Amino acid sequence: MADNNNTDNNTNGDSGISRRTFIKNTGLVTGGIVGGGLLGGILGNQWQTGTQTDTGGATDEEGDTNRVDEARMFFTRDADFNVLSAATERIFPEDDNGPGAIGLGVPYFIDRQLAGSWGDNIHEYMQGPFSQGEDSQGFQSALTRGQIFLQGVRQINEVSQDGFGEAFADLEEEQQNEILSAFEDGEVDMRGVTSPTFFNMLLQGTLQGAYSDPLYGGNRNMDGWRMKEYPGPVMSYMNEIEEEEFIVMDPISISDHHTN
Amino acid sequence: MPTQLDKVDVVTVGVGWTGGIIAAELSKAGYQVVGLERGGEVTVDDYLHSKDQLKYDSRIGLMHSLSNDTVTYRNNQDMEALPIRENSNLRNGTHTGGGGKHWAGQTWRYLPYDFEIYSQTVDRYGEEKIPEGMTIQDWGITYDELEPYYDRFEQTAGISGEEGSFGPERSNPYPTPPLKESYPMRMFREAADNLGYHPYRLPSANISETYENPDGQTIYACQYCSFCANYGCDFAAKSDPVITVIPTAQETGNFELRTGSNVTRILYEGDQATGVLFTDLETGEEFEQPADIVVLTSYTFNNVRLLLLSEIGDPYDPETGEGVIGKNFTDHHGPDSSCAAIGFFEDQKFNLHMGAGALGIVYDDFVGDNFDHTDEDFIHGGMVRYQQGGANPMTNNEVPNGTPNWGREFKEKSLYYANRSLVVNFMFNSMPYQDHYLDLDPTYTDSDGDPLIRMTYDFSDHDRSLFNFGIDLCVEMLEEMGADIIEPNEEMDRFEVESTGFTFQHSSGGAIMGDSPDTSAVNNYLQMWDMDNLFVVGASAFPHFGAPNPTATAGALAYRAAEGIEEYLENGGGLLVKERERTKHT
Repeated sequence: MADNNNTDNNTNGDSGISRRTFIKNTGLVTGGIVGGGLLGGILGNQWQTGTQTDTGGATDEEGDTNRVDEARMFFTRDADFNVLSAATERIFPEDDNGPGAIGLGVPYFIDRQLAGSWGDNIHEYMQGPFSQGEDSQGFQSALTRGQIFLQGVRQINEVSQDGFGEAFADLEEEQQNEILSAFEDGEVDMRGVTSPTFFNMLLQGTLQGAYSDPLYGGNRNMDGWRMKEYPGPVMSYMNEIEEEEFIVMDPISISDHHTN
Repeated sequence: MPTQLDKVDVVTVGVGWTGGIIAAELSKAGYQVVGLERGGEVTVDDYLHSKDQLKYDSRIGLMHSLSNDTVTYRNNQDMEALPIRENSNLRNGTHTGGGGKHWAGQTWRYLPYDFEIYSQTVDRYGEEKIPEGMTIQDWGITYDELEPYYDRFEQTAGISGEEGSFGPERSNPYPTPPLKESYPMRMFREAADNLGYHPYRLPSANISETYENPDGQTIYACQYCSFCANYGCDFAAKSDPVITVIPTAQETGNFELRTGSNVTRILYEGDQATGVLFTDLETGEEFEQPADIVVLTSYTFNNVRLLLLSEIGDPYDPETGEGVIGKNFTDHHGPDSSCAAIGFFEDQKFNLHMGAGALGIVYDDFVGDNFDHTDEDFIHGGMVRYQQGGANPMTNNEVPNGTPNWGREFKEKSLYYANRSLVVNFMFNSMPYQDHYLDLDPTYTDSDGDPLIRMTYDFSDHDRSLFNFGIDLCVEMLEEMGADIIEPNEEMDRFEVESTGFTFQHSSGGAIMGDSPDTSAVNNYLQMWDMDNLFVVGASAFPHFGAPNPTATAGALAYRAAEGIEEYLENGGGLLVKERERTKHT
């Protein structure tokens, strides 16, 4: 008998449930966010000095010449992987808060996920007959996620060539955003799947790569967690659970559990 | 030809909470019990080093894979049902422990009103209060009759809690004190007090202190680590069949657990069950397990599907309302999970990374018949709740309306608000309707070629009334708690499989209990009216879904069924409850 905590789930951005807004203090909403300063104060220095590279802010392991975390399992063509990398960086860009998708290793995270059971839809019901049905009936594609990603990134490049005469990875940020928005809004015809379904997979995959445990190849150096002030899999909050003040902790990961 | 195994006293189909309870009680009484579980064996060793959000929360690693079978869904009879293909949209338990491994741990008793909902509603408001098509009925048991079994379940699980102001009456206090109160919970308590409501902490199976249950099993104190709902607990601090009833059964020496065993049919001669047919999923070999008593202790979908595949009982007909197998299907999260509002706080950050599955607080002034419904366009009601399960950074990306859901502004604001938002929801009941039911799908099959179960179910006007009533209470609470921006979810037109709240984890009905074989499949011992050595145990027996979570009620009914089975075995069979108005249809 499951009883998942549904309150955690039901206001997710991907829930499809829209919200009305009751604004008590309109100034704070329309006045925008003071956040860059807050988080930037804690994290800004390490991003603005030293390790900034053209990989989007990835921190290099010192002297490590055997970077298995940058070898690919799924994508065979460089062009496809370049589209994936650029698209994830637009979804989760590097900024004053810290690294973006590329710096966090998100493209490699997605590559590995697509090479495994998730990409092959091992735990999905994949028997026919296939029929698109109504929106209320959920995902009905005969394609695996791996097939959808491959088709999707290639189509992003086609739209880019058709519209701007260049590869997606070489476009300006605004042009890239425009193309991704077209996929998000269902303006691109895909085969066997809708473009919003593909875009949503890309979006979820990017967020999962930014914030999952580093053992999967994303969230490098736990920097995704640091930006969110999330401490990782801490064993106990028995002594902190009643605290009123917000507590910032240096994060740990599952590898700390195995090695300690 | 299937291999014939030696006959045993009792065979259970599924080894989660209900199967574990049946196995523990009957093996303690000296009966030989075999538990058939289609998943593998899980022990607490599997839970170590498992604080992995991608594996367990995103990819739901403890739940049933849909590779071989699923459920088909349609909103109404005019549609063609299609399979739920993604496992994230159908989160049902598997392996030993079943859903009792990954549950959050809220352990509620239903109300006296629930068990007599039809007669109490008619007595107080008249028959016309019940909307057309709503098929509520009394459960064939009263709260007072079920209370001792609720107590048994709570003692076994060591539940932590405090009594609310509205009851229901208890024969014993909760076995352990309530969990600690986080700061947002104290905000909720103060706000509810200010508004004149009656707040109290959720009854929880994540328990507050180390506890030894009456069977001698130990459950440890919750660490508030937040890896709870969707996870097995690595501290053995969440009460779970894997650390309670299953080892209790195993220690008797009278219980044989067979994992990887998928039951495909109930076998019977005339009106007596003779055993079950199952496939060993590791070898492909088929076996017959003969037994004096067959107990279906799987999830709602599989309990009902096995009855239909085995052609036991009268299938329900939505046109006439006759027949019982498949009748009164309801889903809890379907209607209630979207009834929530989020509050953003500009000047306050909360420790949302801390939590426990059933850590939270609620007020219940508007549930059951705790208030006068004369001027309301609904019956029953719900509970306003704040729950702190612990935020998963992958899904904790709340941003106020008008913010894009990706890109620079999204990143900025989702980081800023990550620890500045609280969700309040209204957990409400779900009522059965004549055209909401389960039957066998005409098109889609499992990998053996057997039809899948088909679900016909949608949002009702009654759900909409409750939603609109509850959502205003959620907004009111967040205002009183001082949120700067408050955003209530909008009512959904109809159920959607991909909306994240509707994951079929709280599904009920299809083999409901009652006091007459005309209107129910099982009596109040969960014994089939039509086959008295077959018991169907679980939320499949609920004639409607109460406002809060189901596990304690399913657990209490399992203890009651175990007592009935023992009585049946001692007294040489027969129906344990007298039938009322038996006018069987042919």
